[in-house]
Amino acid sequence: MNNSLPFGRDAQRAERVSLSFNLKTNTMSDEQIRNLEEIFEARIARDEKIEPKDWMPEKYRKTHIRQMSQHAHSEIVGMLPEGNWISRAPSLRRKAALLAKVQDEAGHGLYLYSACETLGVSRDELYEQLHSGKAKYSSIFNYPTVSWADMGAVGWLVDGAAIINQVPLCNTSFGPYARAMVRVCKEESFHQRQGFEIMLKLCNGSPEQKEMAQDALNRWWWPSLMMLGPTDAESIHTEQSMKWKLKRKSNDDLRQQFIDQTVPQADLLGLTIPDPDMKFNEETGSYDFGEINWDEFWQVVKGHGPCNKKRMKDRVGAWEEGAWVRDAAMAHAEKNEAKKLKKAI
Amino acid sequence: MSKNWPLWEIFVRSKNGLEHRHFGSLHAADAEMALVNARDVYTRRSEGVSIWVVESKDITASNPEHNGELFEPAQDKVYRHPTFYDLPDEVKHM
Ligand SMILES: [Fe+2]
Ligand SMILES: [Fe+2]
Repeated sequence: MNNSLPFGRDAQRAERVSLSFNLKTNTMSDEQIRNLEEIFEARIARDEKIEPKDWMPEKYRKTHIRQMSQHAHSEIVGMLPEGNWISRAPSLRRKAALLAKVQDEAGHGLYLYSACETLGVSRDELYEQLHSGKAKYSSIFNYPTVSWADMGAVGWLVDGAAIINQVPLCNTSFGPYARAMVRVCKEESFHQRQGFEIMLKLCNGSPEQKEMAQDALNRWWWPSLMMLGPTDAESIHTEQSMKWKLKRKSNDDLRQQFIDQTVPQADLLGLTIPDPDMKFNEETGSYDFGEINWDEFWQVVKGHGPCNKKRMKDRVGAWEEGAWVRDAAMAHAEKNEAKKLKKAI
Repeated sequence: MSKNWPLWEIFVRSKNGLEHRHFGSLHAADAEMALVNARDVYTRRSEGVSIWVVESKDITASNPEHNGELFEPAQDKVYRHPTFYDLPDEVKHM
């Protein structure tokens, strides 16, 4: 067995307690702890991976639980706006694709929750944080999906922006997170392609259909840019996150990358980016763009977006309505276990 | 009073001829359900031909803090490697 295996969380808690106990009985000085931290940072700088049972600064553990769980929550809540269209998809082909995509997002959430649990936090605690509103998820999922074209725009733009965010994380320092991201990134590319295909079909259709596609782009463009996070000037955790490889490029760099790759795709579709200031800059080789409405972003983050309440109501509702199924499965398992024991005796 | 589903570690053999590899973990009420869930969570794109599930609490793992005692003794045993032995160049294929 290699030591990268996550193990029971009780054992893990005990482990952490015993570690701090050892630290105390050996009367570790602040200097010794600083040494441990230095060794730890040096390992990351050498591109070594950190595995769940390795010693780590408490701040590293907490930051990872926060980032990975936010990421997991985003995958889970992200299923809701698209789930809305599964039963309304215009053809069997589209329905099968959308269903598979939404199922993938559930999978992404599960990979990430289980990576999170290797750090000694329980699934229940994580759900509780989401359901009580203590934990955040990506603000983009608080916008409504009002037409079929939104399924195209979400796949193309939202999954597109997510890929840009996620690819650098395949090399992040925490082993379980990096491994989850490798799997996620492999699966994302079909999400974006199926979205673009929906847009392409609409753009080649009737004027009304093309209008629908343009309308979806108009509504999703700015929230997609915001999805890559606040501007560098306002981003608080960046420096530490860079060191731990939780972040490899700044939000503004990622945003520019997204814009530069997406504008030519919009041209290909014959759609107009809803930004009168968008212009190719010969000097930088990149697109200049207009000002982002950060007020709107912070409003949505704080819970005042168009669908924040609905998303949480649906999520909590699904969890609560499923309680009897979970209980029944557990009761069934316990009964079987008891039967097996009886036979053995 | 509801009880939480326990955690299971999932091992998948991607094709015959390869060993089972650790893929991740998931929650399930029992082993049978863990297998079915593992199929959906970890092999949606034919990533496997065989799955093992083990309840996480049944795994005993070594402690990285003891890596010194555990693994260092192997480091000074160079005589376990073929390059330790001096042979004349004329000896071929050995
Ligand atoms: Fe995803
Ligand atoms: Fe996706």
